Amino acid sequence: MKKLISISTLVVLLSGLIAGGVVSGSRPYDKLSDYGFFKGELKNQQPSENVLPYKLSTPLFSDYAEKLRFIFIPEGSNAKYNDSTVFDFPKGTVLIKTFYYPDDFRKPAGTKKILETRLLIHNENGWSALPYIWNEEQTEAFVDVAGETKKVSYTDINGKKQKHDYVIPNQNQCKGCHNKSEVLMPIGPTARQLNFETSFGSETLNQLVFWASKGRLVNLPDLSTIPAAIAFNDSSTGNINQRARLWLDINCGHCHRPAGPAGTSGLYLHYDESDPLHLGVMKTPVAAGRGSGNLKFNIVPGKPEESILLYRMKSTDPGVMMPELGRTKPHTEGIALIREWISSLKTDQP
Amino acid sequence: MKIIFLFSLLLSAQSLFAQQDARKQLQTRFIMVEDGQTIELEEGRFEIDATLSIEGKKNITIKGKGADKTVLSFKTQKTGAEGLRISNCSDFVLESLSVEDAKGDCIKAMNVKGITFRNVHAKWTGKLSKNNGSYAIYPVLCENVLIENCEARGASDAGIYVGQSQHIIVRKNKAYENVAGIEIENSLYADVYENEAYENTGGILVFDLPDLQLKRGGYCRVFNNVVKENNTKNFAPKGNIVAKVPLGTGILLLASNQVEVFGNRIINNRTVGTGIISYFITENPVKDSAYYPYPTGINIHDNVYSRERKRATMKGRMGKLYRFKLKFGKNVPDIIFDGITDEKIVTANGLYANEKRICIRNNSGAGYANLDASNDFKNISRDAGAMDCILTSLPAVKTWLP
Repeated sequence: MKKLISISTLVVLLSGLIAGGVVSGSRPYDKLSDYGFFKGELKNQQPSENVLPYKLSTPLFSDYAEKLRFIFIPEGSNAKYNDSTVFDFPKGTVLIKTFYYPDDFRKPAGTKKILETRLLIHNENGWSALPYIWNEEQTEAFVDVAGETKKVSYTDINGKKQKHDYVIPNQNQCKGCHNKSEVLMPIGPTARQLNFETSFGSETLNQLVFWASKGRLVNLPDLSTIPAAIAFNDSSTGNINQRARLWLDINCGHCHRPAGPAGTSGLYLHYDESDPLHLGVMKTPVAAGRGSGNLKFNIVPGKPEESILLYRMKSTDPGVMMPELGRTKPHTEGIALIREWISSLKTDQP
Repeated sequence: MKIIFLFSLLLSAQSLFAQQDARKQLQTRFIMVEDGQTIELEEGRFEIDATLSIEGKKNITIKGKGADKTVLSFKTQKTGAEGLRISNCSDFVLESLSVEDAKGDCIKAMNVKGITFRNVHAKWTGKLSKNNGSYAIYPVLCENVLIENCEARGASDAGIYVGQSQHIIVRKNKAYENVAGIEIENSLYADVYENEAYENTGGILVFDLPDLQLKRGGYCRVFNNVVKENNTKNFAPKGNIVAKVPLGTGILLLASNQVEVFGNRIINNRTVGTGIISYFITENPVKDSAYYPYPTGINIHDNVYSRERKRATMKGRMGKLYRFKLKFGKNVPDIIFDGITDEKIVTANGLYANEKRICIRNNSGAGYANLDASNDFKNISRDAGAMDCILTSLPAVKTWLP
């Protein structure tokens, strides 16, 4: 606890050290444990007081890795609510995301292997990203800007043994996704992604209400006015169009938006895009190269197998696949969703 | 004896760890480098298994020992869509090294203000295949671009490709055995000169395409280049615009505006020496209301054309057009204009006025045809008399580079 209190001042201090994404010497902290975000054994990922856990309704697909998310907002400051974009977080905020695979996905509470923890730190110069890679003993994670490829093996939800590469991105690649007009930004914590109930120890609460109750979120309006959370794989939360568009938003829209790194393509997949052409309907590719798969259009309404969008989602070839980072496997459930969505489209009506 | 054995053991053990190590070491240097510094790369061949990226730096030089001495090979690449990625930097210089066999693009530079590629080779070393990556040297959304003394080979799209950029000089490069040798797309103020573009499908392309952020390129000079023997079978994956470029294309201007082509030697490109065409010829739909699909302000003068007396290609859509509609036989025109004009601005004689004109003058050995494509190729004209004019020369491009 004592350590945590000092974090807010420390994070501000860090700003100088992390400026320009250059990590110099042994600071900011070489070890994840040094931040004091967790109590007890590090691998149990039990958040300290003032570190709040949260979940997203439709997370980015990362090779079936499970993610634990936490947020630290310094005592006495708070995030400002808005209903469409990532909240305005105060300086000193740290978003913490831990990637792991359960040994057996049918027993999610069982043993697991943690691979990496990524920090997004909001300091004086804006946001910066820091990747920490866990050791084999699962006792500590160490800062590592260059990334790494690791082998993972586990039993999947259907009881099938899986073994594949897991790619930990380098620090620059964080910005490949976390990028708005060349400024590093968080992606996930929006009203739409957080607006649902989850359990916090003994009680079950709406996450936004929970944050507000801790004094970490202000300007929260009546819950009935907040965009409903949509889970891509739960048809009770939205129709096919809403769920597909949200899946595209979270998996593609961070790059494929006018101010994003893939804005040059003219293909915009963020949730608010309303122009069918920019969504890819009968749009010819620009610089797709062999990513086109000999197909002519990004989306052909009613014809998923003639749509480049689906072709690139299915591929695992680094020169073809989309998203181009963060996966080595196809997202079978996402592919099924987008196939259904494209099949449902009438000509020129996304 | 023992030493030799140990040494060979070391060499064979290298494959396992060396790849991650080489990548990690280079990547760490690219992240830790401070503004204003030069990264000197050692001589050697480095097998790299993931994208190397450099981001958000100012005034950095990455320098090898020579294009044939420092080679970054991505043949075993497992992740990332390009070999080398440079983003959000300013005053960046890449020189004297090779990048080979990336899974996507070899070198992509995005949002860089001030970028120089000098003595850089970017190639796919194997067979010409649609499975090669798209672009060998690829600056996009950049300002102040200089590409000189570079070589590009094997790209399934374009060897040297400058997209949605401004203030560009591409000079003294060699681009060969790509689908497109050099392509300037939706870019403003480009000088392309003293390059050799040979044995591609198409030598030098200046294109304006719809649905992009930088809507309208122009003010491009293509001069004193050698554009020869661009007769390689098109190996681009379908769906891409360059997949429509017929083999045997020298210089192709597609929906581009204010382009001056002069002093080039355009030799033995069997289908078209220089084509001036609208986007409609691609048969793709145009839905972007801000897009201008017609070429205007084209000034083609003082070039040398020569070709062997043989037929145009019969392959692809354009091949069919030549075979069944145009029927030039072996008397293939060097310069073609598709004849599709913007009705809103044509004058009484069916042509444009003033700086919008399409002018062709004083070219040596240049046969001509207006294809009359808007009229189903009914009145093909081989008389260039109507195009005999000259536009005011465009000014030289200025870049603000060291």
